[in-house]
Amino acid sequence: MEEVDVEPTVTNIPGIGYGKHMGFAWGPGDILVYETQFKASGPSLSGPAGLFIHQVRKDEDIYSPILRKLFNESHHIFVGLQTIKEDLPSKSRRTQFVSISRNYRSVIRACMEELQQVAVSTRDTEMATQYGNQVSILLAIELIWNLCEVLYIDAAPAGSLLLHLLDWVRLHKADVDEKARDVLQSDSPAEHHNYWDVVVSYVLQGSLVEARQMLVKQANLQPASRDMYKLMDSLLGKMPFFNPGGTETVTEFDVKWSNWHKEVESYLKDNSFASNHHLELICKILVGDEDTLLEQKELLSTWYHFLVTRLLYCHPTVKPFELHYYAQSCLTMFLDSRSVQEPLDSILLAAFEYDICLVIKDCSIVLNNWWFVAHLTDLLDHCKLLHSHNLNFGSNMREFLLLEYASGLFTHHSLWQCAVDYFDHCPELGRACLELQIERVPLGTERKALKVLRICEERQMSEQVRSICKIMAMRALRNNRLGSALSWSIRAKDAAFATLISERFLQDYCAKGTFSDLDLIDNLGPAMLLSDRLTFLGKYREFHKLYGEKRFKEAAKLLLSLMTAKIAPQSFWMTLLTDALPLLEQTEVIFSADQTNELMYCLEELTSSLNTTAPGADRPMQQEDVEQTKVELLRLSLARNLAMAVVKEGTMET
Amino acid sequence: MFVARSIAADHKDLIHDVSYDFHGRRMATCSSDQSVKVWDKSENGEWQCTASWKTHSGSVWRVTWAHPEFGQVLASCSFDRTAAVWEEIVGESNDKQRGLSHWIKRTTLVDSRTSVTDVKFAPKHMGLMLATCSADGVVRIYEAPDVMNLSQWSLQHEISCKLSCSCISWNPSSSRAHPPMFAVGSDDGNVAYGGKVQVYEYNENTRKYSKAETLMTVTDAVHDIAFAPNLGRSFHVLAIATKDVRIFKLVPLRKESTATGPTKFEVQIVAQFDNHNSQVWRVSWNITSTLLASSGDDGCVRLWKANYMENWKCTGILKGDGSPLTGSSGQPTAMSMVVGSSVQNSQNILNGMSAGRIANRVLFAPPLRQLTSPKINQSISFHLWILPEGGPGMVTCCLLRPS
Repeated sequence: MEEVDVEPTVTNIPGIGYGKHMGFAWGPGDILVYETQFKASGPSLSGPAGLFIHQVRKDEDIYSPILRKLFNESHHIFVGLQTIKEDLPSKSRRTQFVSISRNYRSVIRACMEELQQVAVSTRDTEMATQYGNQVSILLAIELIWNLCEVLYIDAAPAGSLLLHLLDWVRLHKADVDEKARDVLQSDSPAEHHNYWDVVVSYVLQGSLVEARQMLVKQANLQPASRDMYKLMDSLLGKMPFFNPGGTETVTEFDVKWSNWHKEVESYLKDNSFASNHHLELICKILVGDEDTLLEQKELLSTWYHFLVTRLLYCHPTVKPFELHYYAQSCLTMFLDSRSVQEPLDSILLAAFEYDICLVIKDCSIVLNNWWFVAHLTDLLDHCKLLHSHNLNFGSNMREFLLLEYASGLFTHHSLWQCAVDYFDHCPELGRACLELQIERVPLGTERKALKVLRICEERQMSEQVRSICKIMAMRALRNNRLGSALSWSIRAKDAAFATLISERFLQDYCAKGTFSDLDLIDNLGPAMLLSDRLTFLGKYREFHKLYGEKRFKEAAKLLLSLMTAKIAPQSFWMTLLTDALPLLEQTEVIFSADQTNELMYCLEELTSSLNTTAPGADRPMQQEDVEQTKVELLRLSLARNLAMAVVKEGTMET
Repeated sequence: MFVARSIAADHKDLIHDVSYDFHGRRMATCSSDQSVKVWDKSENGEWQCTASWKTHSGSVWRVTWAHPEFGQVLASCSFDRTAAVWEEIVGESNDKQRGLSHWIKRTTLVDSRTSVTDVKFAPKHMGLMLATCSADGVVRIYEAPDVMNLSQWSLQHEISCKLSCSCISWNPSSSRAHPPMFAVGSDDGNVAYGGKVQVYEYNENTRKYSKAETLMTVTDAVHDIAFAPNLGRSFHVLAIATKDVRIFKLVPLRKESTATGPTKFEVQIVAQFDNHNSQVWRVSWNITSTLLASSGDDGCVRLWKANYMENWKCTGILKGDGSPLTGSSGQPTAMSMVVGSSVQNSQNILNGMSAGRIANRVLFAPPLRQLTSPKINQSISFHLWILPEGGPGMVTCCLLRPS
């Protein structure tokens, strides 16, 4: 069978001249378009140009809170389905799949009911139509899904198959119950103008208990024809239905049913109901008279109802592979030459033909609804149906549809989190797609960034983790939030950036004499080793802490090691030496003689390098003087300290 | 699809380019009025112009964003023979309150002697680099070695393509498996000059870009090219806007272990469409490269998608209908207002609904009051259903399968 062919949808953009060039830009979930003129040379267009940019959007439905619930709840079912174990016995697997399928349908139903309520209660007629349309589509989806469940997932054998199909038709022809309620609630149900419609509808649906209850009311009104009603009642009551749980075989049932059928036929032949055309009609339906059934088009309303009714009264033990023959003929018989076969008809027909691939393909074309095809295909794939039907691209089709659906969710500000699980369960391209999508989630706040980050970390997406941290670090730095910038760049393991920010911290310290973000710097731990400058920052801060706690000896040792181990950049040595001054000036000797010697070496190394590299031309005289004074002061202090240390150490030895 | 809103761009002349930033929260526009404007999306989805300034002394052809790892950085190129790099500086607080931002020019790249026709930032793993191409047939690659100092850009490579260049595209593939690569297109209309698309690849040993491939079958003027995001595939996909839309696959041939030259490719044409009837001016992929959009002389933007047989098909068309805009400029259209109020409505209705409905629900009871019949109406469904940038969905799978 040919797949449904669809012309591309045309969207008219008001405000852009007909036939004028259009520029465009892809955005998340939309396209921006604008009028332009691509020929690079030549004068501009006459008339106004460059006035408007139009934002063209498609996925309006994800903004509807009701449908959003559909997406959220089906997400849970989807995740549950992925965790069903492969090694379960096939029977219990099937039971699970059927129950999952029902869960999906129940979500659709719930959604439909809500939409229906909204459609009825809204005053805005345009919105009412829109909601109504959504309900129609959901109904179609549920109808197709239900049929697929019966035929493929439950895969009932002959006998039970028809029972399932009957349930399917009853569920989707619920207006009979509605009408019946009207009739029964009226003062005189048997005289209600819809009375016979309801009775016949019940018979067409095989709801014979209900039909009999209705008929009793009429029988009571017409004592004269009581016998005739009694006969009909017994025929209806006797009609055998297959009992899948029972001990009866299909063949035994078939015999029983044929006997009943012959009996009905005989009553029809001997005109038992000739005097009551209503009862005669029912009798003709019971024998499965095609012409009679076709006369009930109004009540049947669809060809598939006709199909099921015809099977019920002609071939109740229809086998799965015979269905397509009946389906095709019923469709042809039911639709007269004038009416056109709609997409829904083709899809249902393809389902009856067991052409799963075509069902999915047609659905994805005409429904424009990735939600449906993605979830259904996934379920069918779990049932291993796509393989048994010889589609070597089965699992890829599943993946492709899931990816399409998930990508759509990603454009939504909260649904994107559901999408992640869908990508996770696409083994081939899921990860690559997730990587592309997740790095584009706007990182509006730190909280959002942390959320995105966690998702990436859980999946070892190291490149995305790095990138997100880097973006956040850059943003913090631009806003002069050094602490945040530093912690993000530590998370990004970005040594260059950490160096740069450490540098800023040190500059800030030199300028202000205090550190900001003490908490962070005090608790760097091993992260300190990310970059030399960061190590220095951490250690230098440690020195300040020791000094503050008056642990002078330790402070002095650390200070010296910062220079001798070349952790401190030379540009910072003067600051460090100056920091040593108060330690040198303490009454107690803190720097030992050896340490003082080392300090002196450092000072000489620094001054000699300063003398060679900076002749002082680019430095104002005054600053030069200050530096010079500082050096002299240091030399003096160092010499004094050395003397004291030597004396002290000498005395201690003796 | 529908027009959700129209934004009053208010450029004084033709808009030449609109470009989204990486996260889709900002956009930049450029125009023949020599200015660039930056727009920010507010929480409620409205676009607000936060900066507008004169950037060049000629028409500005293209504007493009650097990756946010490098901060808020834009590049523009112009008829005035220059390209420029702009950086947003965090403004003073009262500017922020007024919703304004400051962009300052960090550098002007003046090496071209003719109009600079395209500018593109390189994939971020290469550092902060950008490529320009110009009408004099030269591709220039610049680098900012210190990302904290964007006033210093060094010209790293100058590659002569011999033909007037109109467009350039970096291969976005960020995997280490592929060396840096770009494609450049020429709008020289002389068919006798041969292939109009050249692919260059960086050679680690020579530290130079060398030509890896010329697409010999593309002999007409090329106006735009776009590499598709890679998705871990072993081959590259390139879309080309020429007298028609073409999609090529570049499949790297296995290299001899001793060979040092650029990778050789097997070039396969995947699709070719002349639906635009005449010249095609722009091509662009969506994020995951499941859709290609093109714009042409027929005044249409067309959306393309592949089905499972790798048959590409037009799935959507946008076109101007010449009708005037309804509603005042910059205001949300009636449509989005309606949608807004409906959302409110239904939320009220939903209040008080209990959670965990799936578990508690009796399946299918009570039966739905059926006012409507199941029906698939295409024209309606388009508005209603989740459409991941889709257009009528095709069951595609082969296309995306890595070979």
